[in-house]
Amino acid sequence: MTDKREWPLWEIFIRGQHGASHRHVGSLHAPDAEMAIKHARDVYTRRREGISIWAVPANSIAASNPSKKGPLYDPAEDKVYRHPTFFNIPKEVGPM
Amino acid sequence: MYAQMVKSEASQDDPVKLAEFQARIDAGEKIEPKDWMPDGYRKTLIRQIGQHAHSEVVGQLPEGNWVTRAPTLERKAILLAKVQDEAGHGLYLYCAAETLGVSRDEMTEMLLDGRMKYSSIFAYPTLTWADMGAVGWLVDGAAIMNQVPLQRTSFGPYARAMIRVCKEESFHQRQGFDIMMKMCNGTDAQKNMAQDALNRLWYPSLMMFGPSDKESVHSTQSMAWKIKISTNDELRQKFVDQTVPQAEYLGLSIPDEHLKWNDEKGGYDYSEPDWDEFFDVLKGNGPCSVDRIAARQKAWDDGAWVRDAMTAHADKKAAAQVAAE
Ligand SMILES: [Fe+2]
Ligand SMILES: [Fe+2]
Repeated sequence: MTDKREWPLWEIFIRGQHGASHRHVGSLHAPDAEMAIKHARDVYTRRREGISIWAVPANSIAASNPSKKGPLYDPAEDKVYRHPTFFNIPKEVGPM
Repeated sequence: MYAQMVKSEASQDDPVKLAEFQARIDAGEKIEPKDWMPDGYRKTLIRQIGQHAHSEVVGQLPEGNWVTRAPTLERKAILLAKVQDEAGHGLYLYCAAETLGVSRDEMTEMLLDGRMKYSSIFAYPTLTWADMGAVGWLVDGAAIMNQVPLQRTSFGPYARAMIRVCKEESFHQRQGFDIMMKMCNGTDAQKNMAQDALNRLWYPSLMMFGPSDKESVHSTQSMAWKIKISTNDELRQKFVDQTVPQAEYLGLSIPDEHLKWNDEKGGYDYSEPDWDEFFDVLKGNGPCSVDRIAARQKAWDDGAWVRDAMTAHADKKAAAQVAAE
């Protein structure tokens, strides 16, 4: 008898050699976390792309709503002073 | 290409929403899975990405055919690595299609019962070792030509899958060309094998791009949606112009007596492949069409107990964990 359930989807995050953060690289199906990591090793690190793997069940990820883009991100638009280039430092002061 | 003759679906959606959607695409924005999209965009993409994914997976078969018979251990390891990459490409693409609301099992079933297609090129046999050279050189070469522009496609998950695929693809073409160089510098018999492989695979490679779609409504819609970036003829011309000098380098001749440089257009004039043959292959009448689907069906059936066992094991482990808490 065949079990018609599909293996759940996992989102895979990989950290490279040089200490950067884990980055999302893609997703895959696996029956459990252990197999998800084994599959991720086979699919996403065949060319030494990383030395650490996170596998997260896709349905555990909470995501922001794309239709709420405005209210979420617009407030950042008029706060240019958050960027260093907003401030003019005279040349005589030297590098800062 | 890996997705050939993909019919676009008309959209029955609200014209205002459609216009907003088109404006986003025209502005170069990426469409993400949870964004609103026209029904036709979703359906066309499922068909296109699904067919592309199936092609990667079925495409393993003609090369897998030679893994056990590769001439050296090194060639065997290289071919195995290449075939393994193609499995990965299939996975990236199935995952991209799944974000549109179709499951991988559904897509597999649609391939097996003929509702979904795979690229015509993989319905041709690989008869000699030289075919491994010609496939890497020509077939992966043609695939690259199509996949590079698709990195800019409007659907985010598809574009990201293409970026990963393209990173791996150039190894495939180079290992193929390397085999061709070796054979062309070998004995007369080896060089003849290389020429024979080119003779058999040249026109099927040109077919990969699909028939001319300059006047096709499907193509116009898909190009407006940026899920198709170049016309079939543009890509085929590029492929011919790139490949002819490479054949000359190898000392091989392209099996086309009408092939001629055209100064005016800055490209080669070449003979069209036999499009009746192409349509027949797409219908499932290629020389290996029956074998290919039979092999996929067998893998699906023979793997069922493994998939079940792993699910049962995961269930058991999860239950034990709950009991321990
Ligand atoms: Fe591929
Ligand atoms: Fe490839």
